[in-house]
Amino acid sequence: MTEGKVSMIEAMVDVFGSAITGSEIQCGDQQVVHVEPSNNLEILTWLKNTEGHDYDLLLDVTAVDYGSVPGVEVVYQLWSITNKKLLRIKCPLPEDSLKIRSVADLWGSANWLEREVFDLFGVQFEGHPDLRRILMPKNYSEGHPLRKDFPLRGRFSREKQTELALKQDYEDYYSPEQLEGFGQRADD
Amino acid sequence: MSVKQTIELPQGNLDSGNMLVNIGPQHPATHGVLRLLCELDGETIVQIDPDIGYLHSSFEKLGEFRTWNQIVPLTDRMDYLAPLMYNCVYVMAVEKLMDLKVTERCKVVRVLCMEMERIFSHLLWLGTTAIDVGAFTPFLYAFQERERIYKLHEAFTGARITTSATRIGGMMADLPEGWTDELRNFVETFPETLDEIDSLLTRNGIHLGRTQDIGTISGSDAVNAGFTGPNLRASGIDYDLRKDRPYYDYETYAFEVPIGKNGDCYDRYLVRMEEMRQSLKILDQALRRLPGGPINVDDPRVSLPSKTDCMNDMESMIHHFKIVTEGVRVPPGDCYFAIEGSKGELGMYVVSDGGEKPVRWRVRPPSFVNLSVLPQLAEGHQVSDLIMINASLDIVLGEIDR
Amino acid sequence: MGIKDRQNEQLPVAGNSELTFLTTKVDFVVNWARRNSLWPMPFGTACCAIEMMASAASNFDLARFGMERMSFSPRQADVLICAGRVPYKLAPVLRRTWDQMMQPKWCISMGACASSGGVFDTYSMVQGIDTIVPVDVYVPGCPPRPEGLIYGLMMIQEKIKSESMADHERLRREDPEGAGKPVADSSEVKALTGVFGNSTQQDKFSSLAQTARPGRFKDVLK
Repeated sequence: MTEGKVSMIEAMVDVFGSAITGSEIQCGDQQVVHVEPSNNLEILTWLKNTEGHDYDLLLDVTAVDYGSVPGVEVVYQLWSITNKKLLRIKCPLPEDSLKIRSVADLWGSANWLEREVFDLFGVQFEGHPDLRRILMPKNYSEGHPLRKDFPLRGRFSREKQTELALKQDYEDYYSPEQLEGFGQRADD
Repeated sequence: MSVKQTIELPQGNLDSGNMLVNIGPQHPATHGVLRLLCELDGETIVQIDPDIGYLHSSFEKLGEFRTWNQIVPLTDRMDYLAPLMYNCVYVMAVEKLMDLKVTERCKVVRVLCMEMERIFSHLLWLGTTAIDVGAFTPFLYAFQERERIYKLHEAFTGARITTSATRIGGMMADLPEGWTDELRNFVETFPETLDEIDSLLTRNGIHLGRTQDIGTISGSDAVNAGFTGPNLRASGIDYDLRKDRPYYDYETYAFEVPIGKNGDCYDRYLVRMEEMRQSLKILDQALRRLPGGPINVDDPRVSLPSKTDCMNDMESMIHHFKIVTEGVRVPPGDCYFAIEGSKGELGMYVVSDGGEKPVRWRVRPPSFVNLSVLPQLAEGHQVSDLIMINASLDIVLGEIDR
Repeated sequence: MGIKDRQNEQLPVAGNSELTFLTTKVDFVVNWARRNSLWPMPFGTACCAIEMMASAASNFDLARFGMERMSFSPRQADVLICAGRVPYKLAPVLRRTWDQMMQPKWCISMGACASSGGVFDTYSMVQGIDTIVPVDVYVPGCPPRPEGLIYGLMMIQEKIKSESMADHERLRREDPEGAGKPVADSSEVKALTGVFGNSTQQDKFSSLAQTARPGRFKDVLK
C-alpha cells in the first residue's frame, strides 16, 4: 500500500513540480498533500481525471484558522470510489490574499461547501458561480465568524444584534429579477 | 406544458411572468427551518434557491472553546435524530488522532448504538415522509416504535434525545442490567411493525404515484453532486463506509447493502426500508458477540484513576486532578474520520495543536451536501413533488446549519 | 408593551365590582372553552421539536387536552410553542409569526435554548426569545420530556382559567406599532442576555494556541 502512495506523490511531483510543497501521513493511514494555492485547480483536476487516481467524490471543502499562523488553510477531502483511497489536500493562504480558485465546475458539491468557507472565513473563491453568505443573514456585518480574532459572542453587543436581526427584511432579499433566468418560461 | 388556448390573447398586454413563492422557514413540511425560494411557472418549478442558516448555532466555533470531552454534549444537539451516532463518530475521530484503541466491549456497544440510531433515524424519516404525502398512520406506528428506542436511550444514558453517551476512551457508563434483553426484544418484535408499515406504503398506488420517477438523479451526477448514503445508493452507486472503509470490525458482520436502480424517491424509500432490516441483522449479531470486560480503556491519557487509588496515592490524585481540571490532551495533528451515518457519510475533521481544546472541529454534514442537490432534483417538477423530494432526501437542519 | 410593563400589571382582585355573578359564569364558560381547545402553533426548530412531536404522538398524546390539531397557520392558532433554539436569522420570522397570531394568544418557550439561549452563548443565538416575543410559560429542559411540555401546557390552561372578561382590555392589548419589533427594549435585552455563571470562564482558546495578535481587530462595536 505504501508503494502505491509513494508513487502517487512521485507522479504528482513529476507533473506539478514545485507546486507540491510537502506530503505526510497523518494518523497512520491518512495521506495529506500540501500544495501551492495558485495551482489548486490544476492539481485537483488532475486528481479527478487521471486514470489510477479517479478522485470522483469531493467529500469536504473546509478551512482552518490556526491563530498562531496568520492566514487560513483551505483543506479538501477527496475520496475515490473506484480505488477506495482517501486524500487530503491543504492550501495555505496568506492573510493579505485570502483568494483561491473555485472547484465548483469540477464537483457540484463544492458549490455550497465553498460558500460556507466564504461565509465563515472570508476566503474569496474566484470563479464561483454564486458566492454569497449561506449560514449568516444577508445583512450580517460583524465579519467572518470562524476566524480566531472573532470573539465567541460576536463583535456587537446583544442589544445591537437583536436590533439588527429584526431589521432584516427577508422579503426583499431576492427580487425575482435577481434570480438568474427570471422571465423565461419553462417551455422556452 | 402549455394549455391549448381557444381565446386569442392580445400580445404584450398581459404582463405574465414567473411567480416567486416562498416556502418556509416556518412550515410543516420542510423538516425543519428551511426556506425555499421557488420560481414557479404556474405549478411547475423553474428554479429553487434553498436558504439555510435559520438554525446556525455556531457549533464549530463553540468547539474551539470547549475541552475535548466537553464537545460530546454538543454533538448530540446537531443531529438530534441519531444522537448516539454523532457522539460515537466524534470520539472515534479523536481516538484515531490519539491512536487510542478502545476495548472490545466498547466497540460492540458502539456498534449496537450506531445501528440502533440508524433505525431510530430512518423511523422518523419514514413517519414524516409519509405524513408529508398524507399518510398519517405510519407516523403513529413509527413514533410508537421510536418510543421503545427512547426508553433504551434513557435507560442507558439518562436522556431520551441528548444522550452524550460517549467519552474519549469509552462510554459514560456500562450497559445497565436487562438492557440487552430489552434490545433483543426490540430486534425480535420490530420486523412486525416494519412489515405493517411496508404493507401500507410499498405497494400503495397513491404512494407509488407520488414517488416513482420523481426527483431522479443518475449515478454519476449523484457522485459529482456529493451525494452519500442511501441517496447515493438509490442511484446505483455502491458506496457504504461500513464496507469500503470499515471500522469497528464491520467487515466481520454479515449484512448486505441495498442498492437502488433508478435514483428516484421510490428507490430512496426502498433502500432505507431495507437498511432498517439489515441493521436488525447487525444488531442481532452484535448482541450475540457482546463480550464482557471493561467498557472504558485503561489508558493514563484519558481514564481517571479509581477513587481508591486517588485516596491512597498522591500520583493518582494529581493525575485525576489534571485530567479533570485541564482536560484530556490530544497530540498535534489532524484527522478526518467518517462513518456511515443514517443520512450519509458523516465525517469529523479534528485539528489539534497538542492542547486540551481543538484548534478546529469541523463536521462534514451529509445533509448539507445532500440538500445542495435539491435545485437540480426538483427542476421541472410540481410544487407537491418538491415536498416529496425534500422529504426523500432525509435532511436534518441541525446538522446542515450547525 | 415591554417586560417591565408586564411586571407591574395588577392581577384581578376578588371583590372587584365588575365581577358579578353573571360575568363570572360567562368567564367560566369562555375560559373552559378556550383552555380545552387550544390549537398549538408548533414553531419547532431543533431537538425540542422532536420531543414536541413525541408528545403529540400516541404515547404522550396531546389529543387528550384538545391539542392534537397542530395549526401551522398562525392565523388559526392560540398557543405559540417555540420549541428549540432561535438564531438571530430566525428572530424576525418568530416575531412575524407571533404578530400574525390573533388574540387571545399565549406563548410557551420550550426548552433551555428558547428560554435563555441554553448551551449556545454565541454570536448567532438569541439569548432567550423573551427578548423578542412576550412569553407566558417557560418550560426548562434540554429537551424537556413530553411530560414537561404537557405540564407547561397545563400551566397555560391554569393561566387561562384565572382570566376574566373584565380584564379583556388589559389582557388582550396589543400595540400595532410594536409589530416586527422586539418586545424588550435595549436595557431589558442587556439585563436578560448578560453573560453569567460558567459562560464567563468558557471563552478561552486552547492553552497552547496563541490568540490573535493585539490590534488585529478593532474595539467591540457598540
